[in-house]
Amino acid sequence: MQFEFERRVTPSRRVMMAVPFITIAITIFLSGIMLLLQGKSVGLTFYAFFIEPFESAYSISEIFLKFGPLLLIAQALAIGFRAKIWNIGAEGQMIMGAIAAGSVPVFLTDSSSIFILPAMIILGALGGMAWAAIAAFLKTKYNANEILVTLMLTSVALQVLYYLLLGPWKDPMGFNFPQTVMFQDAALFPPIIFGFRLNYSLVIPILFTIFAWIYMERRFGGFQLVVGGLAPQAATYAGFSSKGAVWKSLLIAGMAAGLAGMSEVAGPIGQLQRSVTSGYGYSAIIVAYLGALHPIGIIFAAFFLAVIHIGGDIALVSADLPISSVHIFQGLLLVTYLASYTFVNYRLKPRKVSQEQVGGASS
Amino acid sequence: MTPFEFFLAGTMSAATVFLLAALGELVAEKSGMLNLGVEGMMAVAAAVGFVVTYQTGSHILGFVIAGFAGIAVSLVFAVVSITFLANQVATGLAVGILGLGLSALIGKEHESLTITPPGSINIPILSELPFIGPVLFQQNIVVYLTILLAIMIAYCLNKTRLGLVIRAAGENPKAAEALSYSVKFIRFGSVAFGGLLAGFAGAYASTIYTPLWADGMIAGRGWIAVALVVFGTWKTGRIFLGAYLFGMVSLGELVAQSLGIGIPSQLLSAMPFIVTITVLAVISSNGARLKLHAPYALGETYDGSEPR
Amino acid sequence: MDERKLTAMHNDQSSLLSLRGLTKIYGSLVANDAVDLDVSPGSIHAVLGENGAGKSTLMKLAYGVVSPDAGEICWQGKKMDNWNTSIARELGIGMVFQHFSLFETLSVVENIALTIKGSRSELIERIKQVSREYQLEIEPSAMVNSLSVGQRQRVEIIRCLLQDLKLLILDEPTSVLPPQHVRSLFDALRKLQNNGVAILYISHKLEEIRELCDTATILRNGKVTGIIDPNKKSAHELATLMIGRDIPKIEQRQSTNKSENAILKITNLSAKNSDPFGPELKDINLSVFGGEIVGIAGVSGNGQQELGRIISGEDLRRDLPSSSIEILGQSVTNKDVTSRRDLGFSFVPEERLGRGAVPPMSLNQNTLLTAFKDGMLKNGFIQNNVVTQFTQKCITDFKVKCSGPSAAANSLSGGNLQKFLVGRELMLAPKFLFMSQPTWGVDVGAANEIRQKLISLRESGVAILVISEELEELFEITDRIYVLRSGRLSPSLTTSDVTPDEIGEYMIGETREETEHAV
Repeated sequence: MQFEFERRVTPSRRVMMAVPFITIAITIFLSGIMLLLQGKSVGLTFYAFFIEPFESAYSISEIFLKFGPLLLIAQALAIGFRAKIWNIGAEGQMIMGAIAAGSVPVFLTDSSSIFILPAMIILGALGGMAWAAIAAFLKTKYNANEILVTLMLTSVALQVLYYLLLGPWKDPMGFNFPQTVMFQDAALFPPIIFGFRLNYSLVIPILFTIFAWIYMERRFGGFQLVVGGLAPQAATYAGFSSKGAVWKSLLIAGMAAGLAGMSEVAGPIGQLQRSVTSGYGYSAIIVAYLGALHPIGIIFAAFFLAVIHIGGDIALVSADLPISSVHIFQGLLLVTYLASYTFVNYRLKPRKVSQEQVGGASS
Repeated sequence: MTPFEFFLAGTMSAATVFLLAALGELVAEKSGMLNLGVEGMMAVAAAVGFVVTYQTGSHILGFVIAGFAGIAVSLVFAVVSITFLANQVATGLAVGILGLGLSALIGKEHESLTITPPGSINIPILSELPFIGPVLFQQNIVVYLTILLAIMIAYCLNKTRLGLVIRAAGENPKAAEALSYSVKFIRFGSVAFGGLLAGFAGAYASTIYTPLWADGMIAGRGWIAVALVVFGTWKTGRIFLGAYLFGMVSLGELVAQSLGIGIPSQLLSAMPFIVTITVLAVISSNGARLKLHAPYALGETYDGSEPR
Repeated sequence: MDERKLTAMHNDQSSLLSLRGLTKIYGSLVANDAVDLDVSPGSIHAVLGENGAGKSTLMKLAYGVVSPDAGEICWQGKKMDNWNTSIARELGIGMVFQHFSLFETLSVVENIALTIKGSRSELIERIKQVSREYQLEIEPSAMVNSLSVGQRQRVEIIRCLLQDLKLLILDEPTSVLPPQHVRSLFDALRKLQNNGVAILYISHKLEEIRELCDTATILRNGKVTGIIDPNKKSAHELATLMIGRDIPKIEQRQSTNKSENAILKITNLSAKNSDPFGPELKDINLSVFGGEIVGIAGVSGNGQQELGRIISGEDLRRDLPSSSIEILGQSVTNKDVTSRRDLGFSFVPEERLGRGAVPPMSLNQNTLLTAFKDGMLKNGFIQNNVVTQFTQKCITDFKVKCSGPSAAANSLSGGNLQKFLVGRELMLAPKFLFMSQPTWGVDVGAANEIRQKLISLRESGVAILVISEELEELFEITDRIYVLRSGRLSPSLTTSDVTPDEIGEYMIGETREETEHAV
């Protein structure tokens, strides 16, 4: 029997709620097969992935450390995605935020002023926004595709970082390693609990989530963005500016990504080095989708992905799982999510085969 | 070879990676499929091609299996976006992420290993010519085959019935279906062909152009290939020129080093991306022209439903 | 009952195509409910019905574009299994779609090559030959995107003629043609009939069907309500069969309340088109006074879209002289949509879904789209109770059939959504209302309600501008008419002083050469 998709009259809410769980189940199943192919113990690996992260207070705190930037960037990206502004260069905006924020302790190495950290927060946000603004400008002024531009800008941002780390900002006492000096305490977020890396930068994503919820659910500005994404012609008809939507989406995302970059260098990393982003900019794309682009859904999705990251780190040691497995898992999650989401708008229906044809085939 | 000859010869080789991938993307886009997973397809194929060539010593086998790997990854994209009707942009990104992860896994045991590149063919007499001989006529055979392929694709898309049908699917899928062409079948085929060429591009990159494996070695070249299709306004000839231009730009780093010019190497590494952004802005600013040449239904999901 | 007799007569082996009990269901809508249809060889058979009666669905079933949920299709008395377009075409069925199934960026000959085998030069020769024979002139190497709507229709017809044609299906073919060109189309169709080709002709225009067809099958709500000889029934009887009741007459009075000054004034407006093949607006002069309805007639694709967007402000042209567009004496040339609305401008576009309304959004959210200034925002926060009140009032006052304010826009029928949109715009108490194609795809009942609303709005002194393809509609409601052709506007014509044929002449243009370009 052949099947075809038939569009539902109204999207199914029931399926919509089920999609994330189905996605996770299928992804775990597919990953299990891949593990078997690699000759790994499935049980041991999944134990390391999903259970071990919760077995010590330290690793739980590490989950929340990863949760912060993922949540922050994903909330912002989701706003843009709902307006169909495809900013996939959060990674680059994050790097520029980290660089801008890092400039403060790099130049004021000895200062212990209480204004250091606030200055870094502001500069971090501005750095990310400035980088995103390039894409917004090129999109609104020259119609340049934002997917390609934001992506290319990430590669450029990486080279800017490398240049600074190998040249002017290199730690003179750092044995020629590509990194800056370690930042002074005044340039770091204080830890929430002494001895753990989890710090007060977590406040930023939480505040931003509240902002995102209010903006998308209660504010006219958010409504305008959603209209632009669903029906661009209706947005023009209603007089909502499409250029405004591009600027809003990209600047919000740039700000969030910049703040995330700042939180990393003023938090667990404590300096500028080659890997300041840990790939959060890309993972956040998956978080945004897995959370159905909804502020509440994204909270759960960000937490889940944070567990995966920590679980991956643990499995690296305890199950000898290559780090690429985490990337594959993330890729599978998104692929499966997109395929499953189809059932929200469509239902499967057996293709009509006439009686005569069946008879004809058997005779 | 003088440095200048070396530069020109290298350009042809570097351009071949871009050209192969961009030609594949062109065919997919002509059928209406915007596949942003090129980077991932190339990465997987590069890893597979390298591993096979390293293990068997056969470049040909490496290419063939890499081609299949490219097709396999492209079919993931095709199934999700054509059969399951998912958004093409998001699916392409997802497949890209998946591909990069897979390539790292496949190449893990071969990290930083090298292989000997295959010999180049010396076209008799012509390759003896001063200057242009070594530049134009002492390349690897894949370079020439790719140029030939570009001509064949241009001919096929513009002059043959097959090309007409592919363009029809990308132009107005509903009408194509009404004329009893299977849009889904055509698009599957076009995407798979794109996967095959992205696979060859990856294999060329990892076994001939720089015969070594390193995680992340595709380094954005798949994305440049996607951009090249836009630069070339979906015309094979212009894509060809664009690929050679980018081949040249990507060699800037080597040339500057060999000439001892004091430009930071990071600026040179960033150059292909800066040039891409600039050219993209220039080409796109003429929105009317872009709209005229872009396949009309590019990136649109076709669910086959009939409005009543 | 002569209808029974006709059915029986067609039931014999002589019928070319017969459809038996065809049923097609879309979601909860039964588009076709056990429909029977018989086409005899060499006849011109009409399928008559109003918008939404299921005509287009039936034709798509007949041509194999969609497959039925129940019922069977017979060709020359033989039951056909696995009916699809390629079998239909092989048997000699051709179809000209209402919204053409052509490929914009391909040339005429390439479009035809997609269905007809043969080399390019052969095809060009055959196209020329057929177009000469039926007087359907076309340039084979022209790109489709450079052709007018009428020329595109010719390409589709020629595409059908190049196959061994036995049955030609045409879906509302005259909706894109001026009256004069309708005649030449009919000539070509009669010539086809003389050559032994049967024609299945879909329309909602009674007069056309009476002029052209031998038999008519009438559809209402997806069901056959009669099979008749259209020449033996009066238009009134046909209409009753089609709609199920008498068509209500619109109450019409002469405009009495005309304002002193123009509410909308367009002066010497010229604007290039961003689409290289779209028409360029040239030297447009237009005025609309309060208390009158002004119509813009013309075949689609002659600049209606472009002019509409410039008047609404969706296409903002800052380089125009500031006197180009004035509303209530103020220049609005450089003002955006919102500022124009602030002056008392309201607009209902021709595309309801995707432009006038956001398809998956609720009616509440669609209210917010243009009525947000009506006390619905407080410091940028959406006041949901105000929105719901407005929506509820609109649903009640304008008799919108829906499940309530939270119903999605795309769950409403065309007519009900249009009533909602008109209601939304009228509740904003406009001084100037602009409507494009007010009754496209709207059932007769809703269309009449909308027209009646426009007329009573005129009485209250509002200036109304209507762009419409339907000449009958413009004659019914307007006081003055302009005709738009090739981006140029005719002088103002008083509706009571002109005939449809005179309007048709403006639609075609004076000289033969221009005709070719325009239509």
